[in-house]
Amino acid sequence: MENLVMATPERSVVEAVERMTEAPSTAEPIPACTFQVKNLSIWYGEKRAIDDVTLDIASNAVTAIIGPSGCGKSTFIRALNRMHELVPKTRVEGTVFLNGEDLYSSTVDPAIVRRRVGMVFQKSNPFPTMSIGENVVIGLRLNGVRDRKFLNERLEKSLRMAALWDEVKEDLHKPGTSLSGGQQQRLCIARALAVEPEVLLMDEPCSALDPIATAKIEELIYELKAKYTIVTVTHNMQQAGRVSDYTAFFYLGRLIEFGPTTKIFTNPTERQTEDYITGRFG
Amino acid sequence: MHLERADNHTWRKIKSALASTIAFVSAILVISPLGLVFFHLLVNGAGSVNWDFLTKLPAPVGAVGGGMANAIVGSLELLAFAGVIGIPIGVLGGVYLAEYGSARINSVLRFLADVLNGVPSITWGVVVYGLVVLRFKGFSAYAGGLALGLIMIPLILRTTEEVVLLVPNGYREAALALGVSRWKTIVHIVMKTASRGIITGILLALARVGGETAPLLFTAFGNRFWNHSLSQPIAALPLQVFTYAISPYDDWHRQAWAGALVLVTGIFCVNVLVRILTRGHAASVV
Repeated sequence: MENLVMATPERSVVEAVERMTEAPSTAEPIPACTFQVKNLSIWYGEKRAIDDVTLDIASNAVTAIIGPSGCGKSTFIRALNRMHELVPKTRVEGTVFLNGEDLYSSTVDPAIVRRRVGMVFQKSNPFPTMSIGENVVIGLRLNGVRDRKFLNERLEKSLRMAALWDEVKEDLHKPGTSLSGGQQQRLCIARALAVEPEVLLMDEPCSALDPIATAKIEELIYELKAKYTIVTVTHNMQQAGRVSDYTAFFYLGRLIEFGPTTKIFTNPTERQTEDYITGRFG
Repeated sequence: MHLERADNHTWRKIKSALASTIAFVSAILVISPLGLVFFHLLVNGAGSVNWDFLTKLPAPVGAVGGGMANAIVGSLELLAFAGVIGIPIGVLGGVYLAEYGSARINSVLRFLADVLNGVPSITWGVVVYGLVVLRFKGFSAYAGGLALGLIMIPLILRTTEEVVLLVPNGYREAALALGVSRWKTIVHIVMKTASRGIITGILLALARVGGETAPLLFTAFGNRFWNHSLSQPIAALPLQVFTYAISPYDDWHRQAWAGALVLVTGIFCVNVLVRILTRGHAASVV
């Protein structure tokens, strides 16, 4: 039984590695970038969580953020859609440009930023009072969309993109919480996609899932990058290797190394990166 | 070694049995007053609850029959008016405490609400007497409803705050990350998720003030006839029961028992309603 469970993800690892070797990995200068982060520092009260990070995030590619616990991975990814501001007493220095627009300009409404930069969380969180269908379109409805036909179209489209449509199309009225853990996470991805963001941020999307569900989400990430720019935080080095085109290694709030995933994993420049990747600490 | 272990085990078993017996007896002691009250009310009051009791006005002293229809309707009117005041202020205040405000101010507000919850209900009657009855020179349904509403505010405020705080942060984050504004997140996601708890709090507060007599003594005052204007004195079930119970007439005593039975049954029904309303919401977290 245990063998059976283990067999699937391993096979998907092999597939992923095959895919990786197909994917262009020689792109040293990032061709087109969605985010330009310049000298970003973030404080929680007196504590500096992010220290002078400069980084470009490529369009239609997967960028993985790795590093040990408390290194600022989550803070960094949350700074990309201003979700970190929910914690009181945060302070930001530096700039983040989303397709050329400054996210932290005083005229920018964080709600608009978040509509354009979607997010999926570590723990799947479908709204417990809503059905599967309602969960998917709630973002549109609360942003004022009333047209039923449009909502239904978007519902199907989003669920198809999240590779969940075939599993739930008969059960759209059932509570979102009736789904399995992996399905719930894909429902949350569909919910984030329904508002048609430009970017999808994923904060350890698989850390609460079993290997089979993880493999499905990883496959989904691979498919979604054709349309979206994806930034994912992960604790899992193998996962970063499988799904990402670029990898950024954070340590103690600093960006230690950033580059194409194949280079980071096979020939890192920094000693700390190598130590972390080879499992000497972390 | 073996023997010692077995010995220990027996002693542990005895301790466990003792503890569960004490817990069981305590549970019986807790629910037995409810059973006794209901039993007593049924024995003394059931005979007097009939169609006339529910539909007729009180009869003059000495005359046979009559009922408490005006008091039953009056209680409902008072509760409706109290709800208009107590529910919005209590719910919005509770949401404010849970979602907004600084920690220091909130702890002061919370403390004040707890103090208000501990204020004897007759005090509310005196306060409203001073503020409303004296100023407008008359007892009225408005004054009675206001007194009950003021009692409801801190009750609803605290229960609302507690159930709103129970809503996991992940739901707020999920909604905000969709670009939904703060207040829409609170209304459509947080309050909807907590709605079962909020409604339960409201119904329990209504049930609580529905049985209050003291705050109505100097405000609603009571009325032996139908109330035709909310600016006039109005009858209320607990008030009528009180008046009848301290009277010297046997006939009125029987009616007081019947009134108390109707009142307790009403409150019981509200509690059952809470159960039924919340049962369908199995998916809700609170």
